[in-house]
Amino acid sequence: MHPTLVGAALSGALALAVPMTALGFSDRMHQPKSVVPPAETIDIPAGTLDYALPGEFLDSGRPAMAPSKRMAVPAFSIMKQQVSLADYDRCVAAGACAAPDAQEVSADVPVTGVSWLDAEAYARWFSGATGASWRLPTDREIAAAAAERFAGDSFSAGADDPSNPAIRWIRQYQQEAAAKRPADPRPKPRGHYGPNSKGLEDFAGNVWEWTSTCYERVTLGAGGGHAGTTRNCGVRVIEGRHRAYMSNFVREGKSGGCAVGTPPDNLGFRLVKEKISFIAVINQRLQDLLGLARRNDT
Amino acid sequence: MFTRRQALLGAAAAGVLGATLPRMASAAQVAEADIAGLPREKVALVAPPFVHAHEQVASGGPKVVEFTMHVLEKPVVIDGDGTVMQGMTFNGSIPGPMMVVHQDDYLELTLVNPATNSMPHNIDFHASTGGLGGGALTLINPGEQVKLRFRATRAGVFVYHCAPGGPMIPWHVVSGMSGTVMVLPRDGLKDENGRPLRYDRIYYIGENDFYVPRDKDGNFKKYETPGDSYADTVEVMRGLIPTHVVFNGAKDALTGDNAMKAKVGETVLIVHSQANRDTRPHIIGGHGDYVWEQGKFANPPAKDLETWFVRGGSAGAALYTFRQPGIYAYVNHNLIEAVELGATAHFVVEGGWNDNLMKQVVAPGPIATY
Ligand SMILES: [Cu+2]
Repeated sequence: MHPTLVGAALSGALALAVPMTALGFSDRMHQPKSVVPPAETIDIPAGTLDYALPGEFLDSGRPAMAPSKRMAVPAFSIMKQQVSLADYDRCVAAGACAAPDAQEVSADVPVTGVSWLDAEAYARWFSGATGASWRLPTDREIAAAAAERFAGDSFSAGADDPSNPAIRWIRQYQQEAAAKRPADPRPKPRGHYGPNSKGLEDFAGNVWEWTSTCYERVTLGAGGGHAGTTRNCGVRVIEGRHRAYMSNFVREGKSGGCAVGTPPDNLGFRLVKEKISFIAVINQRLQDLLGLARRNDT
Repeated sequence: MFTRRQALLGAAAAGVLGATLPRMASAAQVAEADIAGLPREKVALVAPPFVHAHEQVASGGPKVVEFTMHVLEKPVVIDGDGTVMQGMTFNGSIPGPMMVVHQDDYLELTLVNPATNSMPHNIDFHASTGGLGGGALTLINPGEQVKLRFRATRAGVFVYHCAPGGPMIPWHVVSGMSGTVMVLPRDGLKDENGRPLRYDRIYYIGENDFYVPRDKDGNFKKYETPGDSYADTVEVMRGLIPTHVVFNGAKDALTGDNAMKAKVGETVLIVHSQANRDTRPHIIGGHGDYVWEQGKFANPPAKDLETWFVRGGSAGAALYTFRQPGIYAYVNHNLIEAVELGATAHFVVEGGWNDNLMKQVVAPGPIATY
């Protein structure tokens, strides 16, 4: 552990009141730092982005195109590669992560079969193990890092014919079918899909990535403003070859039954490294626990 | 090993049947002369979910309808994860193709077992009478062929399947060897008052339960030959819990680009077979307007069904006129089997939306406060 850092961050009373495990630092995390290899990151400079907002949009009660907005994205650092199965297994071995629903292989493959909750647990453990602050990227950050490989809502569009909701439904179904999964969804060794123009590797391969962004249903008002929003943080945005929304405990994309459409092949993730200090993370965690912070970062 | 055993079983069955034949000789010979004078029609089969072109109402008298099927043993991919099963097929498809005749026609099948196969196969037609459904007269080794004729005395949809004896029977069936014969009444389908019912399209959905063994890590195992897979597969079969329940031979075989198509106002006859296990077809967002749940057309169809029951070892038929456009999921309404094991198909139905049947009165939004 890091007694000096922790001690510096906590006032005495709080330190007694908050169990260490609640901070994401299990007492089983005794291995020396050297067993947790550092994650290679790439720096994405601050910029602006024309970006189709995630979520579902309604205009006059009808499904509408996701509005595209020019948005500022502050600079950030993101893992060059997806978190690997070997990386994730170290968290499992430390008792801080649940075993993934992934097939054990010897190759250096990304971890798959992990839920948003698993990814969050990994971020907490990895932050503690490395002494840095790691978190899931927001959807906007993924869009900035994925650059030319970002698909976003390629299947979302407005109702072609307001009087016939089935037209949009069928078109969406057919577009998704046309973009359907390749014959082999088995995770490939990291690097298989290569880097994009920013150096981000394997984005939009056969592993979709969790983001911290909550699902929202937005009623558009006059002039494209948001007249009303329902946010559901039990469902998070996933990005990859196309955008998807998944319950935070789901580990595998599935279609069938009533859910028509093409699901993600696999669910995995990569993390963003915060510029802020370790102490700030501790404070943030404390605030979360005390309910002082907004629960959801979008 | 089981090759020799099956050859013996086949010989024994043929011997028993041969002994009873002389007593029926005179009647059989009279019939033979009559049959020789009937018109003959050769029909090329098509792979499901499609069905070869056919008359709904017979334009002439009884005839002999000729079909040919080749048995093909081949590895088949049965889900999106690339799971491979050592499949056994009638004519290369799972299920085997549907054969359509009219009541009192003679169905004449040439069954070919190519030398490239490793096992004896045969065919048991539930539509036929005697001879173990033809199974006793059709057991052929690789490199052989056989021709069987039977009279279609009863109208309905009937399963056919391979039944090469003993433990081979369920194994060949759950490896893919089943299909359906449809025997239409000569004057076509009718409602409960005898009024004609017609269809614009027909789809044949064969449902299969597969039992693929797993390795010690829980991954599906892949085998080089059907024989290699036998012992492990039987062990899974005896647990009675399938690893896959699919339509048309594979998970998602009838979704996406391969979804079935129809238009608003069109009437579709959906024939659903399951040679081994019970199932409960349901159209999500639709109904069965007229359903022959047991699949036999001499019985009046049930009306307005939400879900119907197809017994293992039978086929059922449902007639439905689509009234609203959109995507319809056609499922086995054990939804675990539909979603987790694969028993889901889709219909893509184009046409005009009918607000009178359904309308979203208020779109989803925040809960109203008063
Ligand atoms: Cu067989």
